[in-house]
Amino acid sequence: MMSTACVTVALAGNPNSGKTTIFNNITGARQHVGNYPGVTVERREGFRRFHGQDLMVIDLPGTYSLTANSLDEVVARNVIIDEKPDLIVNILDASNLERNLYLAVQLLELERPMVLALNMKDVAEQAGLKLDESALQRRFGIPVVSLVGNRNQGTDELLQAVVDASAAHTYKPFVIDYGAKIEAAIKQVSEALRTLTEVKYPRRWLAIKLLENDSDVQDAVAALNGGDKVLVVVEAVRNKTTVIIGEEPEIAMAECRYQYVGEVYRDFVDSRARSEQSVSDRIDRVLTHRIMGLPIFFGIMWLLFNVVFTVGEIPQGWIEEGVKWLGATVTANMAEGELRSLLADGIIGGVGSVITFLPSILLLFLGIALLEDTGYMARAAFVMDRVMRAVGLHGKSFIPLLLGFGCSVPAIMGTRTLENRGDRMVTILVSPLMSCSARLPVYTLLIAAFFPESMAGSVLFSIYFLGIVLAIGMALVFRKVLFPGTTEPFLMEMPSYHMPTVRSILIHMWERSVLYLKKAGTLILTASILIWFMTNYPANVEYSKDFDSAKAEVTEKYDAPTAEPMLAQLDKEQASEKLSLSYAGQFGHFVEPAIRPLGFDWKMGVGLVSAVAAKEVLVSTLATIYSAGDVEEDPQSLQEALAADSNFTPLVALSLMVFTLLYSPCLAVLAVIRRETNSWKWPAFSFVYSTALAWLMSFIVYQGGSALGF
Amino acid sequence: MKKTLDSLLPGETGVISRVTGIGPVKRRIVDMGLVAGTLVRVQKYAPLGDPMEIKVKNFNLSLRKAEAALIEIGVTGGNA
Repeated sequence: MMSTACVTVALAGNPNSGKTTIFNNITGARQHVGNYPGVTVERREGFRRFHGQDLMVIDLPGTYSLTANSLDEVVARNVIIDEKPDLIVNILDASNLERNLYLAVQLLELERPMVLALNMKDVAEQAGLKLDESALQRRFGIPVVSLVGNRNQGTDELLQAVVDASAAHTYKPFVIDYGAKIEAAIKQVSEALRTLTEVKYPRRWLAIKLLENDSDVQDAVAALNGGDKVLVVVEAVRNKTTVIIGEEPEIAMAECRYQYVGEVYRDFVDSRARSEQSVSDRIDRVLTHRIMGLPIFFGIMWLLFNVVFTVGEIPQGWIEEGVKWLGATVTANMAEGELRSLLADGIIGGVGSVITFLPSILLLFLGIALLEDTGYMARAAFVMDRVMRAVGLHGKSFIPLLLGFGCSVPAIMGTRTLENRGDRMVTILVSPLMSCSARLPVYTLLIAAFFPESMAGSVLFSIYFLGIVLAIGMALVFRKVLFPGTTEPFLMEMPSYHMPTVRSILIHMWERSVLYLKKAGTLILTASILIWFMTNYPANVEYSKDFDSAKAEVTEKYDAPTAEPMLAQLDKEQASEKLSLSYAGQFGHFVEPAIRPLGFDWKMGVGLVSAVAAKEVLVSTLATIYSAGDVEEDPQSLQEALAADSNFTPLVALSLMVFTLLYSPCLAVLAVIRRETNSWKWPAFSFVYSTALAWLMSFIVYQGGSALGF
Repeated sequence: MKKTLDSLLPGETGVISRVTGIGPVKRRIVDMGLVAGTLVRVQKYAPLGDPMEIKVKNFNLSLRKAEAALIEIGVTGGNA
C-alpha cells in the first residue's frame, strides 16, 4: 500500500558533495527559496511526485559536521530534530568517502530513518576506488544507492529507495562505541537526563552533545524545568572525564568517529595504493602556481568584466531598440494627456531602461556561477587569503566580497559562512563597496555617453578597482577600531575541479535574474511612478514668461520651416522650467549646495536620492528627468540626452560613477544588514559611513580633476 | 622541539601525532579529519607563502600556517 500523505525528505551532506545538483535533479523547477525563521540561512524546498507518491524535499545547508560552532550546522540538525522529516537522504561524495562518512555517522546518531546516496560514483571509479554498496548497506542497516548527479543518472533509483524506505517505517538503532571511559560518562549523563520530561532530542544524542560542551544544546537544556541541575551534573562528569582521558571529550569523540569511519572505509572501499596526483592537482599546478597564481586570478577577474561589458552590449542594443519602439508606439497611439505621459515616460521609460541591462547581469551571474561550480572559487580564496588577512579579513571573506559584484544581498547573506563575528561584521560592512550588478547600468550608461569606446573597458575596470581598494582600506579601519580580536581558523576544502552542468548554471542564472527582475518589477516600478509624479507635479506652475503667447507670436510671424526650430526651443525652455519647479526639482535644488562641490546639479541630486531605493533607479530617474526636458516626439536615447547637457562633462560623469559606487547601499541591502546583525545600528552606520565616503571620494575626483584641467 | 605541519616542505608527508590548541579551533581541525594517526601530504604553499594546501584522507584542504602549527607530526616521509 502506498501512503497518500506527502513524505518529507531532508537532503543532508558535505559542501561540494553535489547535493544541490541532486536536489535540482529531483525537483526540477518546482522549488522555492526562503529563509529559516529568525536566521538568514537559505531554506530551499522542492516538490516531486514519484510513482504516485508526493515528496517534499528540503535541501539542508551543506556541512562537514553537526557542532554548534556554525550556524549552518545548527540549522541542519535542528530541522532534523524539530521538523522530524520522514527520511534523511545523506548525499556523499563517493570519491571522498572517508570524510563524508564522518557526517553520516553523526546523522545516524540523530536516530532518524536515513538513505545513503553515493554521488560521483564515476569519479570514484576513475580514481581506482571500488565501492561495495551492498556491504555498506548491511553494515549500517540502511539503504545505499549510487548515482552520478551531474549526469542525472540514478535519480529514479534514489527516489525509489526513498519511497520504499518511507513506506517501511523501520529504524535500525545505530550506536558508536566511544570506549569504556566515555561510555561511562554518557551513561551518567543519560541517567541525569531521565529527570527531565518533554525532551525533544534523542537522549543518547543529548548526552553526547552535552559532554561535547555544545552551547546550543546546553541552552536548550537550561531552558527546561530542572535543566540547571542536569547541567551541574554534566559539568562535573565532563571535567572528570577530561582528566581521565587526557583531552576534551569532544576531541576524543570526534577521533572515535573518525576511527569508526576509517574502519568502515577500509572494509568497504577497495582503494589500491594511490599516491599519484589527481587531475585537479595537475590543474592546480598551474592555477594556484606560486608565481602564476595571482596574475591568473586577476586575469580571470579582468576577463569577466570585459566580457560582461562588451558581449553584454550586443543584446542590450536590441532590447534598447524594442523599448524605444514600444514607447514610440504608445505615444503615437494614445491621446495626449497624463495617462500617456505616465505610461510612456514613467512606466515604459523606467522599467524599460532597467530591463535593458539584463544581458549584462545574466553574463555576470554566468561568470560567478562558473567560478563557483567549477571549484575555482576556493582557489581564489586560497591565493587571496594572505592579502585578505593583511586587512584583517579571512580568505573566505573573499567569496562574499566576490558575490558582492553580483548583488550585495546574497553577498551579505553569504557572510554566514564566517564563524567569527568580527570577520563577519567587517565583511558585511565592506561588501556593499564591491560594485554590484545594479550599479552596472549606471556605469554603462555614463561610459557610453561620455567616454570613447576604446576607454570603456578601462574606465569600468578602474571603478570596480576603486571599490576593491576602498573595501580593503575600510576593512582595515573597521577591524582595528570596531572589532579588534582574532580571525577564525582558516580550514577550507579545495574541491576537485568539475565540469559544471548547463542545468545548474541555468538554474543559478535564472534564480538571480528573477531576483533582479522582481526588484525591477516592484521596487523600480513604484519608484518610477513616484519619480514621474514628482517630476510632473504640481501641474500648474508659474512660468517666468508667458510661453503660450510667445509661441502664438512665433507661429504668426514666421512661415512653418523657420518657426519649427524656434517653437522647439521654446518648448524645451518651458519643459525644463516646469521640471525645475516640480517637487523633484524643488528637492534637487534643496540638496544642490551639498553636492555642487562634486560637480552635480539638482538633476543628479534627484537621481541619487531616488536611487537609494535601488541603484539602477538612477538610470530610470535620469531617463524620466531628461525625457521630461525633451520635446521631440520620438524619445531621444538617454545617452544622447545626457551628452547634450552642457552641465554633464566626462569629469562629472566620473564623479557621479564614484558616488554611485560608494554611497548608501540600497534599501534591500540595508534591510538584509538589519536582519543579519539583528539591530538597526548597523544599517544606520552603513548608510552614514558610505555616504560620507562617497562624498569625500567624489570631491577628490571632481576638484582634483578640475584642478588638473579636465 | 616537536615538528609541526607548517614546517613540512611541499611534497613531504607525515603522520599526525597530536592536535594542540583549544576550543572551536581545535574542534574544526579535528572535524575536517585531521586526527592523530592520519597521514598528510603537503601539496603546496599559496603564492604569498600562506596558507598551505595539504592532502588528507583523499581530499585537498587548505589551512593557514598558524593552524598548521597546532598540528604535531610524528613520523615524516620524503617526497611521495
